[in-house]
Amino acid sequence: MEKFFNIVQSVPLNHYILLSCILFSIGVIGVLTRRNAIVIFMSVELMLNAVNLLLAVFSVFRNDPSGQVFVFFVMALAAAEVAVGLAIIVMVYRNTSSIDINVLNKLKW
Amino acid sequence: MNTLIVISVLPIVLLYLGLYKAKNALLPVTIVGLLVALGLAVSQWNVDAQPIFSGMMLFDKYAIAFSSISILSTILILALSKEYFERISSHVAEYYAVILFALAGIIVMVSYHNLSMLFIGIEIMSVSLYILAGIKKTDFASNEAALKYFLMGAFSTGFLLFGITLIYGSSGSFDLDVIRDWALTHTAKTVDPMFYTGIMLMIVGLCFKVGAAPFHFWTPDVYEGSPTLITAFMSTTVKTAGFAAFLRLFSTCFASLADLWTPTLMVITVITLCVGNVTALYQQSFKRMLAFSSISHAGYLLFAIVALGINSGNSVFVYATAYTVASIIAFAVLILVQQQSGNDNFESFNGLGKRNPFLAFVLTVAMLSLAGIPLTAGFMGKFFMFGGAVAKMQIWMVIIAVINAIVSIYYYFKVIIAIYFRDAERAELVAPGYVNVVLGLSVVITLVIGVYPNLISNLIP
Repeated sequence: MEKFFNIVQSVPLNHYILLSCILFSIGVIGVLTRRNAIVIFMSVELMLNAVNLLLAVFSVFRNDPSGQVFVFFVMALAAAEVAVGLAIIVMVYRNTSSIDINVLNKLKW
Repeated sequence: MNTLIVISVLPIVLLYLGLYKAKNALLPVTIVGLLVALGLAVSQWNVDAQPIFSGMMLFDKYAIAFSSISILSTILILALSKEYFERISSHVAEYYAVILFALAGIIVMVSYHNLSMLFIGIEIMSVSLYILAGIKKTDFASNEAALKYFLMGAFSTGFLLFGITLIYGSSGSFDLDVIRDWALTHTAKTVDPMFYTGIMLMIVGLCFKVGAAPFHFWTPDVYEGSPTLITAFMSTTVKTAGFAAFLRLFSTCFASLADLWTPTLMVITVITLCVGNVTALYQQSFKRMLAFSSISHAGYLLFAIVALGINSGNSVFVYATAYTVASIIAFAVLILVQQQSGNDNFESFNGLGKRNPFLAFVLTVAMLSLAGIPLTAGFMGKFFMFGGAVAKMQIWMVIIAVINAIVSIYYYFKVIIAIYFRDAERAELVAPGYVNVVLGLSVVITLVIGVYPNLISNLIP
């Protein structure tokens, strides 16, 4: 484990932050531009995983385990969200035979 | 702490009751359980609060006050739910259980002392609400509301988490006290850009959750599509809890760096007020009007955070109480009217004053309270909010807010005009006894707080 931490720390912290920001931005752009509910959902997962990566890296660089514990919470939450989210998407698909979010325009302002 | 345990165990008991087909016991058990939880919360009032569970939660007076108002409003909303869920589906126990799971999340949200508990609380609440928004499985509007709420909620969680991570990265801890101490050693000029970005991302995430503009676009659709009772829960209890969490974070951790984030929040507040009020003006549906009015009330509640001071907690508490009871009245009457006329347009309220004088009176009081007319709780809420902002010399913000309050009178009075001055040939509404009890209690709370605001305005030290 000590050796692994040393390997992680051999890369400067800024590079990790930059990588996470790029991953997070890809996720945000995916949510904003895609029209398929499943793909939007995948983009959200990408955002969460960018956060997980950054949390793990901070945790190693600061020698503080609480960041890694937080990652477990995020993963558990992501699993719960997958369960509920896919159920909602299936429910919508049964009623509309589509998961394109442009179909969802009944409620308008 | 016992409150949280009771509220977490109660839904599991309810699921067992559902399993053994004890349908008539569901509502009494829920209400009794919540009253026990409320009593346990209030009994902690004079105890000197220390962080518990290794510094994860802190049940101080702030947490107890907001837990109590959340539990009370949930009791009022559940009292309206008799026979409501039965019409939607035969699996009733699950709905009570999921609402109580959401309430457990809310209790965590108002009493966290560590950012991980903030995150977990928000998510317990949100995931339960995604389910509740879509409980009408074959109704297209409900489906759409659930999917929109789910996608937007998950999206905003990403921002909140990224903000938490950046704050962790710069301060080295999730604990609120450690973050506060870290922030105290820095000034607005010398603070880490990572910390600054973290605060901004948390503002984005939390504004999504409370429905403040420009992150409000999901609110009207979700509020309109969800079943009315769930909308009532979302726009009262959930919104109160969101603001309690928002204020707890900013007043504990980031108060010393107020120069950094106040300008951003000021812009958000002004946009929220204007968007909410102006869009509400030309709504035809009462339910959608309430959704936009809840956006504008989010704007007034943001005042407490913009003008952060020792009284912010109290003003949010008074405002949230006033807004909660008035909204519960509005939604309760809407449910009755909706059952009769089949839609939720303003015309459905025509002639209510002649047919149901009591319903018309309580709805009028609720509208006056939401508009902020004196002698109602809504006026006192606005008074404390604006007082705090004036004390912080933010005069132009108060001017914009007062103009918005005047604009809002127009659409609230549209309802009152429909009730008393328009006629329609309809049968009298039959309001069940428990609805009358809820309405009567809410009106009494609204008027009492409007006349004697000191009863609750000095609770939080």
